[in-house]
Amino acid sequence: MAGKVIKYERDNIDTDVILPGTYLKLHDYDEIAKHATEGIDPNFHARVKKGDFIVAGKNFGCGSSREHAPIALSHCGITAVLALSFARIFYRNAVDGAFLLPIEIDETAYKKISENDQLEINTQKNEIKNLTKNEVYSMKPFSDIISKIIAAGGLFKYKPD
Amino acid sequence: MNITEKLLAKAGGKPSVAPGDIVFANVDKVMIHDVSGPGVIKVFDKLKKEGIISVEKLWDPSKVWVAEDHFVPSAEKISAENIMKLSKFTKQYGIEKHFKYGMGQYGICHTLSHEEALVLPGEIYVGGDSHTNTTGALGAFACGLGHTDVAYVLLNGKIWFKVPETLYFKLNGKLPENVMAKDFILKIIGDVGNDGAAYAAMQFGGSGVSEMSVESRLTLCNMTTEAGAKNGIVEPDQKLFDYLAARGAGNYTPVYGDKDAQYEKVYEYEASELEPLVAKPYSPENIAVVRDVSGIELDKSYIGSCTGAKYEDLEAVAKILKGRKVKIRTEILPAAISIYKRAMENGLLKIFLDAGVTVGPPTCGACCGAHMGVLAKDEICISTTNRNFPGRMGHVESQTYLSSPLVAAASAVTGKITDPRDL
Repeated sequence: MAGKVIKYERDNIDTDVILPGTYLKLHDYDEIAKHATEGIDPNFHARVKKGDFIVAGKNFGCGSSREHAPIALSHCGITAVLALSFARIFYRNAVDGAFLLPIEIDETAYKKISENDQLEINTQKNEIKNLTKNEVYSMKPFSDIISKIIAAGGLFKYKPD
Repeated sequence: MNITEKLLAKAGGKPSVAPGDIVFANVDKVMIHDVSGPGVIKVFDKLKKEGIISVEKLWDPSKVWVAEDHFVPSAEKISAENIMKLSKFTKQYGIEKHFKYGMGQYGICHTLSHEEALVLPGEIYVGGDSHTNTTGALGAFACGLGHTDVAYVLLNGKIWFKVPETLYFKLNGKLPENVMAKDFILKIIGDVGNDGAAYAAMQFGGSGVSEMSVESRLTLCNMTTEAGAKNGIVEPDQKLFDYLAARGAGNYTPVYGDKDAQYEKVYEYEASELEPLVAKPYSPENIAVVRDVSGIELDKSYIGSCTGAKYEDLEAVAKILKGRKVKIRTEILPAAISIYKRAMENGLLKIFLDAGVTVGPPTCGACCGAHMGVLAKDEICISTTNRNFPGRMGHVESQTYLSSPLVAAASAVTGKITDPRDL
C-alpha cells in the first residue's frame, strides 16, 4: 500500500476530535466521514485523498469506544494510521471491523516522516519506505491474532484455530 | 492468578492464563445503547448483505439489555429515528430488557448496570461503550467494545481478549472528609497518565477501598477508561453482596484472586494525603490541586453522567447546596430514574431547586457534547463527568474542569473553582 502522509504532531488524538460527540447520532458512513478529525483539522475532509496515511504520536484514538472514529477515517480514504501507540478500543475497532491498519512506529520514524511524504508500506516485511526521502523504517509487527484477523478481512471472516 | 486472570481463564475454558495469552471468552451479559445499538444494526445489515453469517437470531436475547441514554429525550430528528430503530431491534430479536425513557426506570447504561443489578460478580460483561469498565466494581470483568465486536458477541456469545497485565492500586486508610473517590481516581490518572494503564487491568484494593461504598468503587472503575485500561475491578466483599441483595440479586458465584496473585505493578496511596483535585482542560491527566487553581472564574457547573450523578454524588452535592444559592448556571441530571426518585423522596430535589439549579432528566447529554447544556466557545465549566478533551462537552474552544461532586457544588456556590473545605 502506498500513499501520502497527513501528519499530526501530537499525542492523545482522542475520539472526541476524530469524530465529535454531536455526530454520534449519524450512522451513514459517508456522512460520518464528512466530519472526520473536525476537532483538530476542519479542512481534513477536503484535502484527504484515497490511500493517504495519518501519522501521529502516542495513544492515538483514546477516549470513547465509538466505531465512528475508524469509520470516519477509513471512509475518507485513510488506509492506515501510523502512530507511536494506540488506545485499545480504537485499535480493536480498526482491525476487527477491517477499517484500516493501525501501525505502531518508533520515535525515529515518527520524527523523520513529514507531512506530504509519500510512503510505501509492506506489512509482510514490516517495512515502511519513505519514497520522498529515500529512507526505510521498521514497523512493529502485528501480533499473531491481529495478523490473522487482518488477513481474514475482519473478525467476522476470521476462523479461530 | 489475580481476579481478572481467573475470570478470563474461567470464561475461556482454560485452567490458567497469563498476561498476553489470547482467550475466546464466553460472555455473560451484553449492553447496547442508542449510539452503539444503531451501529450494531448497521453491522448486521452489512453481514446480511454479504451473507457472512446469519443475523436471524441472537445467541441469547435474555443476556442482552438496551439503554437509551446518549441523545435522550430525543435531541432532534436523527436521534429520534435511532430510538425507533432500537425499539424495532429489541422487538425483532426478543430482547425484553429495554429501558425506555418515559416508561419508568431508564438511565445511563452504566448506572443501570448497578442500579438494576444487571451484571453480577464472576461474570464477563461487555458493552458498546468505553465506560463499560464502570461495572467491574461489581466483581465482574467489564470491558467496552465497538460495534463490530458487540455484533460478534450478540451472534456468537463470545469474543477474543488478550489477557491484560494488572496494575494494583492500594489505598491505605479511609478517605478524609471532603475527599471523594473521584479525587482518588483523578490522582491516579495524573500519576500514570492517559495511557498509563493502556491495555491493562486496574484493580483497586486496600483498607480505603474496603471502607468505600459500592458507588464510590464504581467511580474508581468508571475512570479507568481515562488511563487506557481494558477493565477496572474490585474484589467482591460483603458490602457488594448487601448492595446487590438490596436490588434483588443473590444467585451468583463470586470469583476472587488467589492469595499469591501476581501484579505487573503495585501503587500505594495513603488516604490521609489525598485532597480535592481537578483535571484542567484539555486532558484527564492534567491534574491540579483545587486550592492551587481556586479562584478561576466559571460560567457553569454540570453535575451529571455515569461518573458523577449516582445517588451518593447527589447527596454530596445536596450537603453543599443546602440553604445556599448557586452563582453560576448549574445543571443536575440524576443518572437514572431510580436515583431521581430517591432524590425526590429524600428532599434533595427541593434543596437543588431552592438553590436555583436546573434539574434535568437522566441522559449522557452534555457529558459527550450531545445536547442538554453543551458548551459555547470560551465557556468554562466545572463538571463531575469523565473527559475534557477539546470539544468533549461542546465547542472545541470551550473548557471543562473535571472534579468531584463536592467541588462542582462548592464551585457552583462561589462561581469560582472552590475547595469544599474553604466554603
